[in-house]
Amino acid sequence: MTERPRIGVVVFPGSNDDRDAAWALGALGAEPVVVWHADEQLPDVAGIVLPGGFSYGDYLRCGAIARLSPAMRAVAEFAAEGGPVLGICNGFQILCEARLLPGVLRPNASRRFVCRDVALRVERTDIPLMSRCLTGQRLVIPIKHGEGCWFVDEAALERVAELDQVVLRYDGKNPNGSVGGVAGVCNPEGNVLGLMPHPEHAVDPLLGSGDGALILASLVDAAREHHGSLAATL
Amino acid sequence: MRATVLVRPKPGILDPQGQAVEGSLRQLGFGVTSARVGRVVDVEVAADDPDAARAEVEQMCEQLLANPLIESYEIELEGAAR
Repeated sequence: MTERPRIGVVVFPGSNDDRDAAWALGALGAEPVVVWHADEQLPDVAGIVLPGGFSYGDYLRCGAIARLSPAMRAVAEFAAEGGPVLGICNGFQILCEARLLPGVLRPNASRRFVCRDVALRVERTDIPLMSRCLTGQRLVIPIKHGEGCWFVDEAALERVAELDQVVLRYDGKNPNGSVGGVAGVCNPEGNVLGLMPHPEHAVDPLLGSGDGALILASLVDAAREHHGSLAATL
Repeated sequence: MRATVLVRPKPGILDPQGQAVEGSLRQLGFGVTSARVGRVVDVEVAADDPDAARAEVEQMCEQLLANPLIESYEIELEGAAR
């Protein structure tokens, strides 16, 4: 079992939170590995972060072009094999466009770009990517997005509720008009998580909050475990 | 063959861009009660047969040009009867 699990950070043209994500992962005990969007195969990694930014200039729809990149095909395979995948902001948008997560991110109902700390309520801790959090815990993590209004129709929302896929909700005022105040959702298997808030900007109390470290450290743990399970099957 | 794809936000889907346009049109003094903003994509396809071209463009819409969760699409083929 490796001391420092290798976690890939996929960089698309227009990504801009990749370095913060890599720095945060390094600070939390992982070895970050940069993955270029054009790479057809993932390097030897045990976890993946899809960082925030404006991949491909948000052309067509946020995430719609990025999900067709060679690296994303490899990420989809990695996810199908149970590998932990965390999508932050634009990464969440990409995961929704790739149909790895339910719903789609729409322009904020307010028509404004929002950039501020928000309070979140933890709804699930039984998935590896949230293992360091407590159910009902209140986390303060910043958001910064113009298109973070998560949307599903009523039928899809029922399925999401049945499968218990809501992981994080905004606590208090909903900053973007998302259905049910949803801030983050996972896939039915629980190894793919997407969220609009930026945990990588909240890993040090000096920067206002260290709450994001709980989510990223959960990913580091999950990657360590995934690496261990792969090694065990060899 | 040339095809024009019209992508629209589905009815009932919040369209902040449309709301902003509606507000601006009112400011200009126009009596609008609704404005919705969509997208136009012109594509040239290799297929000459209208049915084949339409089928191909439909696939483009399903896979990329529209997100069926929130958008509807309409395909117009140049010179073809609708």
